[in-house]
Amino acid sequence: MNTMSFETRQNLLTGLRYALLILIAAIFIFPILFMVMSSLKPDLQLLRDSASLRAFLPVGDISLDNYADAFERVPMLQFAFNSVFTTAVSVGASLWLNSMAAFSFAFLKWRGKTIVLSLIIATFIVPFEVIAIPLLLVVNNLPWIGAGGIEIGWLNTYHVQIIPFIADSLGIFLFYQYFRDLPEELIEAARIDGASIWQIYARIIMPIAGPILATVAILKFLVMWNAYIWPLMTIRSEELRPIMVGLQYFFQLNTAWGEIMAYLSVVTIPVLIFYLALQRAFIESIATSGIKG
Amino acid sequence: MTSAASARKNAPIWVRLLLPRDAPLYQRNDAVMGWLMALPALLILTIFLVIPFMMAFVVSFTNQRLISPNPAEWVGFRNFERLLTIRNFTLEPERDDSGAIVYADGEISYPRLREFTRNNPDYPELDGLREFTSWQSGDNRTVILVGDVVFLRALINTLIFAAVIAPLQGGLALLLALLLNQALPFINVFRSIYFAPVVVSMVVVSLLWRFIYDGQNGLLNTILGMITFGNFQPVDWLGNPYTAMPAMIAMSAWQAVGFHMVIWLAGLQTIPVSLYEAAGLDGAGAFQKFRYVTWPGLRNTAVLVLIVITIQAMGLFVQVDVMTRGGPLDATQSVVFQAVQRGYDKQDIAEGAAISVILFVIVFTIAMVQRYLTRERS
Repeated sequence: MNTMSFETRQNLLTGLRYALLILIAAIFIFPILFMVMSSLKPDLQLLRDSASLRAFLPVGDISLDNYADAFERVPMLQFAFNSVFTTAVSVGASLWLNSMAAFSFAFLKWRGKTIVLSLIIATFIVPFEVIAIPLLLVVNNLPWIGAGGIEIGWLNTYHVQIIPFIADSLGIFLFYQYFRDLPEELIEAARIDGASIWQIYARIIMPIAGPILATVAILKFLVMWNAYIWPLMTIRSEELRPIMVGLQYFFQLNTAWGEIMAYLSVVTIPVLIFYLALQRAFIESIATSGIKG
Repeated sequence: MTSAASARKNAPIWVRLLLPRDAPLYQRNDAVMGWLMALPALLILTIFLVIPFMMAFVVSFTNQRLISPNPAEWVGFRNFERLLTIRNFTLEPERDDSGAIVYADGEISYPRLREFTRNNPDYPELDGLREFTSWQSGDNRTVILVGDVVFLRALINTLIFAAVIAPLQGGLALLLALLLNQALPFINVFRSIYFAPVVVSMVVVSLLWRFIYDGQNGLLNTILGMITFGNFQPVDWLGNPYTAMPAMIAMSAWQAVGFHMVIWLAGLQTIPVSLYEAAGLDGAGAFQKFRYVTWPGLRNTAVLVLIVITIQAMGLFVQVDVMTRGGPLDATQSVVFQAVQRGYDKQDIAEGAAISVILFVIVFTIAMVQRYLTRERS
């Protein structure tokens, strides 16, 4: 016979469930914890600590020396600036271009629109890895008006890290879906009041597009901040290098563990804080991209 | 002729080009503005997505290099032939004058392969091929000869990586989603924690796990040693050809499982609660509820999750570049890593493009399978 009451059994089950949840949480947290804690320790202690649970605790000789050394060894601030700059410009420009195109697809009638829209959706299945190599050839032959007149070749510049990414089909599609579900009367009423098309876009639609702006911005932010394969192929000079390529370069200098952990923490902690602050928006954006894309 | 049609006929050419056939002329403003507003995005997409995509197909039939004094020439299917040629070839033992098999050091002696694969006029189809693998069959030796050993290794590795990680990561993500799909206090805290690695760059994750997988001071060896009370022999996870790929798979799943967990959760929430209640009234247990209510309701989500993971897995690059650079002994070579090695490092754009085309054909096939599996049944 079962001697436990229904309630005790329920409590026990809930307890087990939480134990499992916490155990799994540890698997996700501990590597990140290890990274942050190690960044605070001198190398000898770091190696000794990784043989015990001390690896996850801020114990012993704790300091920010690794951070100071890492910043001294490579121009990490310059790398960070490059990433912030290319990310910010790409996010801003992609919000503008994608939303403007999607507005046109959702509300305006022009010839060929349906075909163009279905072509855009068709490009979803082309992964960036497929076009990366021929894109290298394309940007190597594109002209640019620089300080010294017209130059050929975009390699090793800021704009090669930005312009190819300021419009993307997923962004257009996400905006389009959002706009299409807005009530038609909104547009009609504005037209009757004599608003121009541009005014309808800028004053009526964009101010109520907050949620989808956040989604597209977060997705673009993650792609640009984590950019690796493209800048690896197009950027040669240190002054233009973004932070993830700089990280790989830093690692190849064969420096100490503690300094690498410091660099890893510098590039990761801001993103994690950003994520924790906006976690609902982050999770929903990525779920949307997964389901639609 | 109606007045609308005649007004249209008299309109300037650009209006006639942009205005839909059935639209009245007073909508010309819409048509022109609509075109202008879409134009910047369309230009960018054309130059940086459509043109490179089409160029991949064109360039893969040439000998284009990134920078070259000579113009590119057409070479037909040569790039694809070199990458994809696979032949089996049977080596017969060497025999002496009486027809008996020659042995050397107790092993059957065979003619050297290169006698067949280097400029042998009797075997033009074997010219330039190299040995991929071989095995004994009776007295003969069967040899698999290929045009490009490293690329074939990369292709097989990538397919294995995708075939293992799709069910593994998709299944783990489903288990996490089921565990989280309860109205318990703090459940959102756990969801946020499980999702956190998704926002961490793969470059960071790969470097961090290099330390975790380290053969001497690595955390994984330490933890396995603790769990087994010191009975575990430390392994150099990324330095051993047998463990390098599994280690990479485990790490990749750790990083991305939260992503697919969220997609499963979204799928779980579309299943009406009333179905579970009805099943409960019919006396279904927890497992039966999963088998007969949850799983059928998740069918399209399952296809989506598996396909998304597979397609992402085919693009395997960062982990390889940061952790192993294809080693040890080519055990972690990947298709995209090879495309970059040849297209960028060796500046052989044509061969890189040919690899890109092969990758696209694979991804396209997977996507078509998804469409077929999730088609509307009428």
